[in-house]
Amino acid sequence: MVTVSSENAPPATIPLEPRSEQEGLGSADYDLIIEAGRAERRYWHDLWQYRELFAVLAWRDVSVRYKQTVIGAAWALIRPFLTMVVFTVIFGKLAKLPSDGAAPYALMVFAGMLPWTFFSTALSEASMSLIGNANLISKVYFPRLIVPMAAVIVSFVDFLIGFAILVGLMVWYAFVPGWQVLLLPLFTIVAFGASFGVGVWITALNVKYRDFRYVIPFIVQLGLYVSPVGFSSNIVPEEWRLLYSLNPMVGVIDGFRWCLLGGESRLYWPGFCLSLLIAVFFLWLGIRQFRRTEKSFADLI
Amino acid sequence: MPDIVITTENLSKRYLVGHRSGQRERYSALRDVMVREARNFARKTLDAVRGRQIVQGDEIEEFWALKDVTFEVRRGEVIGIIGRNGAGKSTLLKILSRITEPSAGRVRLRGRVASLLEVGTGFHPELTGRENIFLNGSILGMHRQEIRRKFDEIVAFAEVEKFLDTPVKHYSSGMYVRLAFAVAAHLEPEILVIDEVLAVGDAAFQQKALAKMQDVSGCGRTVLFVSHNMTAVQSLCSRVIHIANGGVKSEGDPATEIRNYLSSATSRTAAQRPRSKESIAITGLTFEPNPVASRRDLQFNLGFLAKSSVRLNSAVLILYAVEGPRVGVVDLRHIGFPLAMNAGERLTIQGTIRSLPLVERQYRCNVWLDSSTFVGELTDMAQLTVSPATIKSSYTPSAPEYRGWVEFDTELSSRLSDEVALVSIAD
Repeated sequence: MVTVSSENAPPATIPLEPRSEQEGLGSADYDLIIEAGRAERRYWHDLWQYRELFAVLAWRDVSVRYKQTVIGAAWALIRPFLTMVVFTVIFGKLAKLPSDGAAPYALMVFAGMLPWTFFSTALSEASMSLIGNANLISKVYFPRLIVPMAAVIVSFVDFLIGFAILVGLMVWYAFVPGWQVLLLPLFTIVAFGASFGVGVWITALNVKYRDFRYVIPFIVQLGLYVSPVGFSSNIVPEEWRLLYSLNPMVGVIDGFRWCLLGGESRLYWPGFCLSLLIAVFFLWLGIRQFRRTEKSFADLI
Repeated sequence: MPDIVITTENLSKRYLVGHRSGQRERYSALRDVMVREARNFARKTLDAVRGRQIVQGDEIEEFWALKDVTFEVRRGEVIGIIGRNGAGKSTLLKILSRITEPSAGRVRLRGRVASLLEVGTGFHPELTGRENIFLNGSILGMHRQEIRRKFDEIVAFAEVEKFLDTPVKHYSSGMYVRLAFAVAAHLEPEILVIDEVLAVGDAAFQQKALAKMQDVSGCGRTVLFVSHNMTAVQSLCSRVIHIANGGVKSEGDPATEIRNYLSSATSRTAAQRPRSKESIAITGLTFEPNPVASRRDLQFNLGFLAKSSVRLNSAVLILYAVEGPRVGVVDLRHIGFPLAMNAGERLTIQGTIRSLPLVERQYRCNVWLDSSTFVGELTDMAQLTVSPATIKSSYTPSAPEYRGWVEFDTELSSRLSDEVALVSIAD
């Protein structure tokens, strides 16, 4: 039995911060009206207020992800690496598909693999995130958008780990990327937007219609072959390129290859712009759908 | 200026509930099943296309968990919300804490609300106690520096400092709830909404939790408190709102509301009983005085009415604590059972329980009947409130929930032996 004496209490001299700061909201002017169907005026403000919870949830998901596993975060390295090896052998060696310019096939596959793995993990993690956090949703209020956001961040951490393999491959092939690599952060943001938009859209639908739980593994599996992951999108006939770019991941993957492989990969700009547009559309649709259904989550979950 | 921090106007919440009608026809033909499934599928698809909610079951029914709830809460008030299970208390709290949206009506909140609908929301078993304090604190709406400032206090309150860096999945359930409650207890919002969370831990911890709650409500914070623990409601709250069937039944001072609530629980169950079919009915069971002080004599009066001729074999008064356990019985056979009654005859039994040996709490009374037409227990025939005995000793008795239900009539003596005596025993 542990007994606690009052001496253990913290000293009373801790300076108190100004209340409005520690409470986050200026309490005096806090006035909230709850009504059926009322759009939240301070929604984005609220989201910003809850940034710490967002950080904590993301941190929780990251730190819990590889607990009770033997090799831990190495899983984030092994999975994309093995897929890359298989794809290189099947598409590059057996099917003898052409690479982008003179870039090594493995490098080209991996440059596409990175954003695709990010997208697919983000999609599956985000779509299950609300259901996985059902106990939170039904007991505490916070802007629900935080939950799929945190899930996307977790996949982003895996994405960053995957970069280590890419650097290793570049060293192995003694491949020096061109100036385009400086634009990579920009394309990463596009990848982020595409993953988050589609992810949030499906998350919102999944709460209401659990059918999506079965749709997502299917999308992820099929998408791997439909998107130019194992091959270069340059092998798609010119007249179909624009149609092919309706898949937002086509633009993202092509953009990544253009950045990483430099001059070896040509970027098909009309297609990229279309993909970008689709990604932005999904982002808008996803957030809209999410905000519309958000208030009923606690009743449905 | 008594400023109002919570206003609700005609607050209502509707749920859609689905039933399975198929239970009745368990051996239905495959064709019927297919037709029904096809119809359900068509309906669900239609709902999905229209963007509506999918409800499982064949028959869909509307259910109003809350209907036209209107009340106001002033700054610094501690409000108890009482009502039977399913009356709508938790739904009300969920709307006030913004977890779910009302179907109609509105709420106006002036002040930051923190809600505590469950102890340990979001605790992750793989994380350590230390990590969970930060996680749970953030979930409840505390900021990081706020948690850091109160960290030592939380740990001391929970009495878990030895296990701070152990994953909570290895905690005993007692340690787990203590830690969870400790985090919650250090929340400092302007409006605190609490749902039945005091019932955790062992008796000592509960007392500590109650004291902490008293502290919290003492510093001018507005608290909404749902509980079935009437003693806690009585001691904490300044006003009580009684919720029944999704609406505010009444509101007022705690003592009156609690009494009304407990007696309404009685009358409702009594009204539900189909009495007319029985040939014998209980016309009334009263205790005098009620409330009665512990250790005083208690008189009771039980009336029967025979609707047709009937033979009464036995009758027993059974006293239960409101919390459930049976406390004792009064066997009424001693008046001379079996007893034949003709139609229209009345029987009155009176008696006295001497020096009532009960702890001050709420009790309810059932009547066991064995007659030629009906055998069984008639529930909630009366409610009995026992108030504290006049204190003779200089010690304040502990709170009733630690003293059980029975007050022993005791005589004590003590003798302090010296060491020599102890040695001689050891020999």
